[in-house]
Amino acid sequence: MDQIKNEKEEPIIKIRDLHFSYPSGYEALKGINLNIFKGEVLAIIGRNGAGKTTLVKHFNGLLKATSGEVLVNGLNAKEHAVSRLAKIVGYVFQNPADQIFSSNLWDEVAFGPKNLRFSKEEIDSNVENSLKMVGLLNKKDTHPYDLIFSERKLLCIASVLAMDPQVIIIDEPETGQDYWGIKKLIEIIKEYESIQRSIVLISHNLALVAECAERVIVMNDGKIVGDTFTPDILSNIEMLSKARLKPPQIIRLTLGLSKWNVPKELITVRKLAKYLSGL
Amino acid sequence: MSLIEISDLYYSYPGFEAKVLKGITVNIDKGSFTGIVGPCGAGKTTFSLTLNGLIPHLIGGKMTGSVVVDGLNTMEHPIADLSLKIGMIFQDPRAQLSGSGLTVEEEVAFGLQNLGVPREEILERISKALIDVGLSGFEERSPFELSGGEQQRLAIATVLAMEPDIFILDEPFAQLDPMGVEEVASIVGELNKKFGKTVILVENNTEILANFADRILVMEAGKIVADGSPREIFTDIEYLENTGVIPLQVTELAHLLKKEGKWDKEYPLTEDEALKEIKRIFFW
Repeated sequence: MDQIKNEKEEPIIKIRDLHFSYPSGYEALKGINLNIFKGEVLAIIGRNGAGKTTLVKHFNGLLKATSGEVLVNGLNAKEHAVSRLAKIVGYVFQNPADQIFSSNLWDEVAFGPKNLRFSKEEIDSNVENSLKMVGLLNKKDTHPYDLIFSERKLLCIASVLAMDPQVIIIDEPETGQDYWGIKKLIEIIKEYESIQRSIVLISHNLALVAECAERVIVMNDGKIVGDTFTPDILSNIEMLSKARLKPPQIIRLTLGLSKWNVPKELITVRKLAKYLSGL
Repeated sequence: MSLIEISDLYYSYPGFEAKVLKGITVNIDKGSFTGIVGPCGAGKTTFSLTLNGLIPHLIGGKMTGSVVVDGLNTMEHPIADLSLKIGMIFQDPRAQLSGSGLTVEEEVAFGLQNLGVPREEILERISKALIDVGLSGFEERSPFELSGGEQQRLAIATVLAMEPDIFILDEPFAQLDPMGVEEVASIVGELNKKFGKTVILVENNTEILANFADRILVMEAGKIVADGSPREIFTDIEYLENTGVIPLQVTELAHLLKKEGKWDKEYPLTEDEALKEIKRIFFW
């Protein structure tokens, strides 16, 4: 028990006083301190331009710190190639067009694990499992560009899952997703969490965040302005509005019911329904 | 009075056999606000491109049936004529900016100069359009330095300045953050309520549609499969989920409570409606 706890306490990603300026001189990150632990689902929220994507690009070495330190499994991210860090941290881009280039889904998903020199057996089983997890196994011979946009985003998730990273970053996966797409995303995140992987979800969809994440960090103007359990953040209207965010409809309702002692932890439709049914 | 009349519309993209639109017949009234919802791949964007003539004139493909916009059959009139009647706003505001305008003012002027509008009138129209979208004072700023929400409002201003009667907006909130969504949504609402434009909004955000739309069309596999008021469409939770449309959270809540025998009234669409009923049922 102690050992498990210790493992959980040693962060996979450890960030100390991270500053980053773009070559133009624009300071996008202004002193970030953050630990990400094994098996946790962490959401990063904040307005466009707050620094969310700039921050996560430091996790796999796509960007190198101007000052401060990013340790990934103990490795200083500044000193290691993206290819080395890719085994630990997988990044699903916002725009699927940035990462699709093969002529069928199977090869597309196999590309990453092949490059990382996985064995043939591992590649086959990872590709099959990943396509299955995102619900695209039945289309494995299809050309990626014959998929609709929402499916292409799921394909990108599968491509990263197939490399079996310890941390997966998913950047605004909800864009262009319909009801089924969002449901699928929730399933994928929960399934990945269940095998003790960490997930970093960047999202504007606070209903999705409420459903999946245990912990939320709020970014504004290159800084972390909130970092705690999801219900505490999502029901903190003052903090959200400072970061130019707004709680989803169900949380606004729950807060409206607080004078009848309805707990503010009830941040999803299902949780509030269960509570009210029990009255 | 119908401003747009669509009958028996079928369409397939160039080089493809498969029809993306499969027999659409619908009229849109002047001054109405119509929301179009449906799962990804239903043909919503394709449908909207047929309304301003980009299909078939620019994109090509095989189109049968007819689309008549304010008396003009889109097959027989060029995009330039149609663009005086109908303006379009896309997902990505940056894709819509001409790129040739160095300032916000020049960006709005661009379309008007192409129409040959006299200089004095151009200046008047720019000033009015920027006031209407809340960008007055931004005249000298670079369009590419604006936030996403501001860029989308600028895109709306460039269309407003052309003074079309009809606005089609295709997921105009998709690239925006939550505050950007709020600021653009309130402008979209005003297009209809304040400026009297006929608005067609392709959007899966049911909360925004419930606030503004007076009619909802549900599209699925190239067809319109339901047509009703937001209340009629959005309170049928099982139907919505089957069609891939995300229900409003408070409506879904009422639906779950009804299954437990705890909800006996009509389903709510807003948190105020939900609050009132919940008070009555659980906390009276």
